[in-house]
Parts: sequence; C-alpha cells; structure tokens
Amino acid sequence: MRLSELFKKNKFVITSEIGPPKGWQVEKCIHEAQTYLKDKVDAINVTDNQSSVMRFGSLATCILLKQKGMEPVFQVTCRDRNRIALQSDILSAYAFGIKNLLLLTGDHTILGDHKDAKPVFDLDSVSLIHAVKKLENGEDLAGNKLEGEPPKFCIGAVVSPCSDPIEPQLFKMEKKIKAGAEFFQTQLVFEPEKFVKFMDKVKKNFGNIPVLAGITILKSAGMARYMNENVAGVFVPENLIEELKKDKEKTKSGQTGVEIAANLIKELKPYSHGIHIMPLGWDNKVPEVLKLAGLI
Amino acid sequence: MLITKIKNKEEIIQKLNKKVLVLKCVGCREVHFPEEDIDNLIGELTKSNIEVTDVLVFDYLCNPDFSKAIIEKHKNQIENSQNLLVFSCGVGVQVISSILEEKIVLPGCDTFNIPGFQGLSSQNFNCDLCGECYLNYTGGICPITACSKSLLNGPCGGAKNGKCEVNKEMDCGWEKIYKKLNKFGIIETQNEYIKIRNFLRERVEKTK
Repeated sequence: MRLSELFKKNKFVITSEIGPPKGWQVEKCIHEAQTYLKDKVDAINVTDNQSSVMRFGSLATCILLKQKGMEPVFQVTCRDRNRIALQSDILSAYAFGIKNLLLLTGDHTILGDHKDAKPVFDLDSVSLIHAVKKLENGEDLAGNKLEGEPPKFCIGAVVSPCSDPIEPQLFKMEKKIKAGAEFFQTQLVFEPEKFVKFMDKVKKNFGNIPVLAGITILKSAGMARYMNENVAGVFVPENLIEELKKDKEKTKSGQTGVEIAANLIKELKPYSHGIHIMPLGWDNKVPEVLKLAGLI
Repeated sequence: MLITKIKNKEEIIQKLNKKVLVLKCVGCREVHFPEEDIDNLIGELTKSNIEVTDVLVFDYLCNPDFSKAIIEKHKNQIENSQNLLVFSCGVGVQVISSILEEKIVLPGCDTFNIPGFQGLSSQNFNCDLCGECYLNYTGGICPITACSKSLLNGPCGGAKNGKCEVNKEMDCGWEKIYKKLNKFGIIETQNEYIKIRNFLRERVEKTK
C-alpha cells in the first residue's frame, strides 16, 4: 500500500520508525516492530545507517517487515551510494513490494562512526527525487529506457519546520515538491506555534501537500539539553525541560516523555496530515503515546 | 593545458541584465587564457542588445587586496552597471562577488584546472575545478566549496545557528546563498533548476 492512498482518503496518517542494529541478527528489531507498531501505525520507516553509523541495511529490514505483514517506508540517503547504486537499490526494493520511500541527503560521514569514509553525495535529496520520478516514467537518470513496467512509488521527503531561518527550508521544500515529493515527514517538533506558522506558509505556497509532524519521546532533561545544543532545527522549550526535571521517577519510567509527546500530538493534529513518531529505541512506549493522544 | 573554458553564449546571456561591466583576468595567461573567445563573446553580447559599459583587464583577481583596490578605482563604472561579468577562474569570481555584496557578479568561464597556480591564491575562497561553474546560479558563492556536502539544490537540514553540521566554525554555505539571492529578489530563478553534477564533463575536458 502506498501512503498516498491514505492521504487521498484524508486519513490522519501515523508512521513510526525503527533503526536496524549493528550486526546481522535483526530478529529483535523486527519482533519489537511487530509487538509495538504493527496494526497501530500505518507504516514504519527504516532508517538508512542513521547518524552515519554503519548498521544492518535499510532495504533488507524493509523486506523483513514486509514479509511479516507490515508496511515499510524505505529511507534512502545520498551519503553512501552514487546514482547508479541508488537507482539500483530503489528498483530492487520495488520487486519486494516496497512502495514507500523517504529520500534524504543524509548526515555527513563525520558525524558517524566511520569518520574517515568518503562522503558520496553524488546526488542530493532533490536530484534523488528527480531520479525516482524518472524511473517511474520508464527511464533511468541517464535517459536509458527501463525494461518492462516502470515502478510506481509514493515519494516522501523531509523538512525542518522549526529551523531558524525557515526560508531556506521552504525554498528547498519547494524544489522537492517540484521534483516530485508527494509527502513530507518533519524534523522533531517541540514548539507547536512555530509548526503552525510553518504550516500556514506551506498551505499558502504549496497547497495541500501532506506533512507528518515529527514527534519523539523525551527520555530526560539531559537528552533535551543535548538536542538543543547539537541537533539542527530542534529546540526543546524550557518549560518542557522543567517538566522532565520535576518528577524524577516518572521521567525515569518514561511517563513524562510519553505525556509530553501525547500533548504535542494533540496540539499539532489540527494543523498536520499525520504524525511521524521517532521513538529512538523506546518503541515499547509508542502504543501508550498513541492511546494517550486519542489516536488508538 | 585547459584551465578555463568560456561558458556558452546562451548560458551567459540568460542571466545578464541590460548593462554589464566586463572584468577580464589575465593573470595566468602564460598558461592558457581564452582571450580571443572572450573578445568574440563581448561582440556577441552587444549584438544581443546587452550594453557592455566597459571592459577592464587585470591580473590576479584572486588576490583580495588587489581586487579591492581595482574596485575602488573603478567605482563609477561599477555603479553604472547592473551586472559584472567576470572572466577568470572560480576563485576570481568569488573574490569579486564577496567584495561587491550589492551587485550580481556572474562567471563567464568554467574552471577545469589550476596547475602550478600562477597568481596569489585567496585563502578565503576555493575553486573545486568542477568545469561547470555554478556561481551564476548561486549569487557568486560556490555551493561546491562553501557547502560541506557540495549540495547543488539547496541546504540540508544540518545547519544550526547558521553553522555547518560538519564544522561549527564554518558558515552554512546555502544559508549565505539564500540570503544573497533573496536580497536580489532572484530566489525563484534558482528554484527552476534541478542541478546534477556532471562528473563526466570534468573528466573528459581535463584529459584533452
């Protein structure tokens, strides 16, 4: 199933994500997705060597999810492959029934655990979207005809709605839409007012393009502070950090983070087409967040 | 050895406004500089209804102190022109563009190679010798050398407080490009293109 079919039906779309392990034994990761995410979310993103840390592959994990009856979103970054490998992997995915893509530029290699690796960036997010669009039209990026029936994906992209300044983000978003992006998943949102303003601009400039607001479950005040220092486009306001500090037991058990996430979802719901939960290892808390937000 | 090659006429003309001042840098002419091609092109511009306000010839635009002096000396001609068309390597164009914040500075050449650099290289700008100069799309700020990922179609989401995710000392090249294009009100023209780097072009031209 393509996510575009859900957007067409005006469904409030819920996605979450899993990060494959560093190693080949992927059962635990698949089992967690099955236990905590299956039938609760519409699709599950699989990150692609996230944070430039070498891991089990995104494509193989997507195939395993599909085999267990879940709907994967294949995340593809431009950091590790040139245009030949990117197109090849995306065609391969289609043969396994993987129809949802999230196409990103990707973090730089220097942020990861192979700092001395060559950062590829032969294509970027915009030109990768363009390349997939060409595949859908029956030819590759170089203009050679594909054999047989062309693939038909639902192409997703990312945007950072709380970035400052926001204009360069909107400028890139427009390029992605022009290139063929059909939906967006956003960077983490902790400031609903900023998101609402961003969505106003999106509606005015690009109409009704589906945007899923990015949500995470804050684990501690330290995590929030770390993100404020180091993660681009993310700012956790002081009142949320205070909340995390208040009841240590509740925060330790994850309850405060769950409540904050659920409240954010309730606030963002009227302004977005769905949410994308990035649990960063806390997959087991996703059902509770959804329940508390009134979504399941 | 091929160092710079003149851009094709159409690519140059579509970016130019009516009044253009031409700067030619012949600092590295002892190696190779397409002077004759440039003179022919200037003739063509006039035929295409573009007024060339003046043609100034210099050495080593890559030297910022030298370029500042030149700009000061020719203030009036610059004031009187809407664009500057610079025939130099990628470093020369970036130096002029950084000094003339208020002018649209366009490259007339694609730069392929700078062997045994004859001039005084600027420490603040770099040219990656891609053979496909993008400075005419990006407000004279090079997306290949000013962006850690050499992105051609806009910023990634990795900049924080205007600084690059790779190096907190480094400004986000694309935020700078955005600001500059926005200042000139030409963001939309940038938005019409999807740029994909042509590595073949670089390779073929260099081995000639």
